[in-house]
Amino acid sequence: MRSLRRTFISGICLAAFGAVGCKKSATSTSAGGSTAADRATEIIIGHYASMTGSTAHFGQDTDRGIRLALVEANAKGGVLGKKLRLVTLDDRGDSAEAANAVNRLIDVEKVSAVLGEVASSLSLAGGRVAQRRKIPMISPTSTNPKVTEVGDYVFRVCFIDPFQGKVMATFAHDYLKLTKIAILRDVKNDYSIGLADAFKASFLQMSGNVVAEQAYSQNDTDFSAQVTAIRGTGAQAIFVPGYYSEVGSIARTAARLGLKIPLLGGDGWDSPDLFTIGGDAINGSYFSDHFAPDVATDKAKRFVASFTTEYGQAPTGLGALGYEAAEVLVDAIARAGKVEPTAIRDAIAHTKDFEGVTGKITMDAHRNPLKSAVVLKIEGGKAKFETSIAP
Amino acid sequence: MTQLLQQIINGLSLGSIYALIALGYTMVYGILKLINFAHGEVFMVGAYTGYYSAGALGISAYEAQHRDFPVYLGLIVLVTAMATAALLGVLIELLAYRPVRNAPRLTPLITAIGVSLFLQNAGMLLFSPNPQRYPAILSEVRFEFFGVIVTNIKLTIFVVALCLMLGLHLFVQKTWTGRAMRALSFNIDAAKLMGIDTDNVIRSTFAVGSALAAAGGILFGLDQITINPLMGVLTGLKAFVAAVLGGIGSIPGAVVGGLLIGLAEQLTAGYLSAEYRDAITFVILILILLLKPEGLLGVVRVEKV
Repeated sequence: MRSLRRTFISGICLAAFGAVGCKKSATSTSAGGSTAADRATEIIIGHYASMTGSTAHFGQDTDRGIRLALVEANAKGGVLGKKLRLVTLDDRGDSAEAANAVNRLIDVEKVSAVLGEVASSLSLAGGRVAQRRKIPMISPTSTNPKVTEVGDYVFRVCFIDPFQGKVMATFAHDYLKLTKIAILRDVKNDYSIGLADAFKASFLQMSGNVVAEQAYSQNDTDFSAQVTAIRGTGAQAIFVPGYYSEVGSIARTAARLGLKIPLLGGDGWDSPDLFTIGGDAINGSYFSDHFAPDVATDKAKRFVASFTTEYGQAPTGLGALGYEAAEVLVDAIARAGKVEPTAIRDAIAHTKDFEGVTGKITMDAHRNPLKSAVVLKIEGGKAKFETSIAP
Repeated sequence: MTQLLQQIINGLSLGSIYALIALGYTMVYGILKLINFAHGEVFMVGAYTGYYSAGALGISAYEAQHRDFPVYLGLIVLVTAMATAALLGVLIELLAYRPVRNAPRLTPLITAIGVSLFLQNAGMLLFSPNPQRYPAILSEVRFEFFGVIVTNIKLTIFVVALCLMLGLHLFVQKTWTGRAMRALSFNIDAAKLMGIDTDNVIRSTFAVGSALAAAGGILFGLDQITINPLMGVLTGLKAFVAAVLGGIGSIPGAVVGGLLIGLAEQLTAGYLSAEYRDAITFVILILILLLKPEGLLGVVRVEKV
């Protein structure tokens, strides 16, 4: 926790002074680690994440999940007789910084593998670097299909947006019995654009109507024009595949303009800040996610318990997938038998029936796992399991 | 029709906030011929002062119990933020602009950009870079007229903005300091020769402009739900464009410009696409500079050689 705070504070300092490169903000899970690491006794794993900024919660929760997995692996004696050490760099939610961070992890911190990012735009930026340098990377939660298309060194442990879009379209059409839906997408965000397209294609196929398509840009604060335009179309729900800060504001704007229809969204909603910003207005809305903490397998229950003990709050889906990505990586390093990027890459590619906290993971030929999704309903400032939809 | 009216109301309320900020740009420019780029950050600091002073007055307890925050406490929040921002404005003038006042015009402009960047980053350091939900200083009440919804927040924005603008008008036209400001804007050297304490008048100008920006900051927070340390960048630029559109240096011009920019932005977002909402402001800037560089209500001044 102390080291996490240190990362966070140095991240803020970085942001504050607008440093171009990533200054050293690395911390270690093992006490008193040095950058001039003794590679004979430890394996260094890099994580680049938005520890600050409007998606700070994504980075922080993922980092906690990863840290927990590595602490647990180290408690069992580490891998191949070596301890695991995590180096986290803050990219401030900026794609140029994400590429810088991965370069720095590889050049300065000499990591053997990279974990990150949550946001697809950032995973694309970081993934291109990892691919060029031939260092394996696992994105815990980037759902845009393009992310793993970057190359054979980039993997993920979550489902992809064509599936997630279909899940919400199925849910809206078959479960909520809706036929008229408006779409409000973040046009500066690869994830949001991809998910909106996937949703629209599936919903139209089910002979539903998309009655309005509106746009906003990340970090916008005024949504009244879009909501007003949607209000006149008779939409029964709005699909907002964005991130939690803006979604919270959009929900409040809709309530203010007297629009009493549910919002639907994806895993980008998954943060307690959604409830802080959205308040009562976000109640009654639904989003698809990787993981429902209230309905889980034994392994997931153990994870939720130890996460909650360690950090004093329950994990979101992001924490769970961070944990899962780290576990898949540790398992692959063990199977590779040596700490060498190409061997680790091959081992990750051969991951089969790995029992993760959010489900079984088998990497397909495109380095994507096949997994089912859950739909959560927001009630009283909490996300609760509503239904599960299989591929 | 309902939709158009709704968009116009939304646009006017956003425009009133721009107008409040634009007044600060235009007043400073009128007197010093300086574009005070740090003004957007004064607006941001005003919003955060409101955020923290509402917190200090125990707003979370009211929110938790779904009780209304008392109006007199809301006024205290407003006055605190305005006073803090006025102080900040005076301080910026004293530390950053006064030492370079007689330097070539480019020097203070670059200094202003420096102050702006400094305050943005200080804001991220002090207030955290993450967006914060603005406290419910006003609890929301909605009124509906033929399908058009007006909240008490929008009404408050109009009323507060209108009162402050009228107050400013009276201040500039009727008080001694106001008359001195107009004298300075006409000819600063002549004003000095007439025995006006120009430093003092410039200080008051910064104080008044900054206080108005702080009021704008609080109204912005109420209207837009979240605030962040970089909120002053784009909003400040748009308010600056509003000042140029109305005719920089002209107080009624700033008000007209602010309202027009707010309307243009909202109608573009509503009827064209929200992707162009920021672009439209700068298209307007380019057009006005090409077609009527002195602005809608500006006066052409003869440059003395």
